[in-house]
Amino acid sequence: MTGIQPIDHSAGPVVIRTHDLYKSFGKNTVLRGFNLELHKGENLVVLGKSGSGKSVLIKCIVGLISIDSGSITVFGKEVSELDQAGLDAIRVKIGFLFQSSALYDSMTVRENLEFPLRRHGKGMSREEIDRLVIEVLESVGLRHAVDLMPSELSGGMRKRIGLARTLILKPDIILYDEPTTGLDPVTGREISKLIVDIRQQYGTSSIIITHDMYCTRIVADRILVLSDGICHAQGNYQALSSSEDLVVHPFFHSI
Amino acid sequence: MLKTMSSGSKQPIFRFLDEVGRISSFTGRFFAEGFRPRYEWAELLRQCYVIGYRTLPLVGITAFIMGLVLTVQSRPTLEEFGAESYLPSMVALSVIREIGPVITALICAGKVGSSIGAELGSMRVTEQIDAMEVSGTNPFKFLVVTRVMACTLMLPVLVVVADFISLYASYVGVNIKDVVSLELYYNNVFNSLVYGDVLPAFVKTYFFGFAIGIVGCFKGYHSDKGTEGVGIAANSAVVVSSLLVFIIDLVAVQIADILGLT
Repeated sequence: MTGIQPIDHSAGPVVIRTHDLYKSFGKNTVLRGFNLELHKGENLVVLGKSGSGKSVLIKCIVGLISIDSGSITVFGKEVSELDQAGLDAIRVKIGFLFQSSALYDSMTVRENLEFPLRRHGKGMSREEIDRLVIEVLESVGLRHAVDLMPSELSGGMRKRIGLARTLILKPDIILYDEPTTGLDPVTGREISKLIVDIRQQYGTSSIIITHDMYCTRIVADRILVLSDGICHAQGNYQALSSSEDLVVHPFFHSI
Repeated sequence: MLKTMSSGSKQPIFRFLDEVGRISSFTGRFFAEGFRPRYEWAELLRQCYVIGYRTLPLVGITAFIMGLVLTVQSRPTLEEFGAESYLPSMVALSVIREIGPVITALICAGKVGSSIGAELGSMRVTEQIDAMEVSGTNPFKFLVVTRVMACTLMLPVLVVVADFISLYASYVGVNIKDVVSLELYYNNVFNSLVYGDVLPAFVKTYFFGFAIGIVGCFKGYHSDKGTEGVGIAANSAVVVSSLLVFIIDLVAVQIADILGLT
């Protein structure tokens, strides 16, 4: 890491830690000894150019992509050493909002939201499931969309429903993969505000992968710049936006 | 070493061997995971409905036409030898032993195989399979095992229905020129059939169904290259599963012959 400003992010214990992480695809090495810590209750934004390995990083954290070397611990458990049951138990505590929202096309919004509950909400009555579905839909402002199909939703609505689906199991951590990409500026801002609201309402810790500097400014407690497979710099918005570093500067002064 | 050669090489032989290895591994995973809890009964029933019930109209229409055409076209030849009374027996043997199972399997390879390949391929490229995995659900069990099981269970049912529809169409074909009662026609049909005609033909349909399901799922589950990959997955699912139907048929005939069931 090249440095920038020291920052106090000692709000809580570490919930995710990556250490000396390496990941290659063929001859293309995207992570080269990457280190990261996410603290309880913290919103950490990861900035980086397209193809720099940001999405790969969060997919490694949930075990969707296996790492070449290094370690990832989530709630103190080494992800690469977990068996399938252990991995599933960890995944239930982590919500993942995909860039494409990844709603199940063949299911209605209600069925999309019920899907995780039916598998992990053992013993829940029909009434409890209905109540939770409505509760999360209200928290993203889309109660009226409960019986729509994903194909009937706009891009912003899909993101909100995707977010509702990650919230329904009340995860401790949420990983956002470019939550505002592909949205108009107004909808993008609404999603950004929603991320802030969710942290307040649910007390989640989050890693947010984004290029959107408005989103970065309003959601980030701490920003980490990923470049050449390592953590190039980190700090809060104010510290990084005043940096003259050749890698960091263009993100904050692109216009 | 083999992996490096096969994945990096453009030579068809290595790509073919790589594909065979991967599909074998995929099949092995099906047996390893398919018979361990948790069982996805609700999704299995839904897939049985989708694969079985929704394919029935196409199979039924094709079977009717097949039985009728076979009867009408066979009649002149049999008449030349004064053997038109053998028409029900001949059609029954043709339909039940070979044409019914193979044509039904090919229709399913086209309709069901392509549908599974495209659906899972689309789910792969839009990250829906990843979403299922990160929500703590085993997508292989939920998507693959249920579809392969449904194909394996439903194809024999479809073949039995197709056989009966074909034989009824044959009865209609016979009655275009003659007047034969349904009872007499079916007596002729069933008197000409023996255990060895029905059993091997029925057993091989399970293998047809399994092949169609496993190939469709494999192609879709491992789809890549975005939307282009979805088209490739659907197309290659049909091509490979159709080819497998003929290969399984050939092997089944040989085995039945060795066991003295022909």
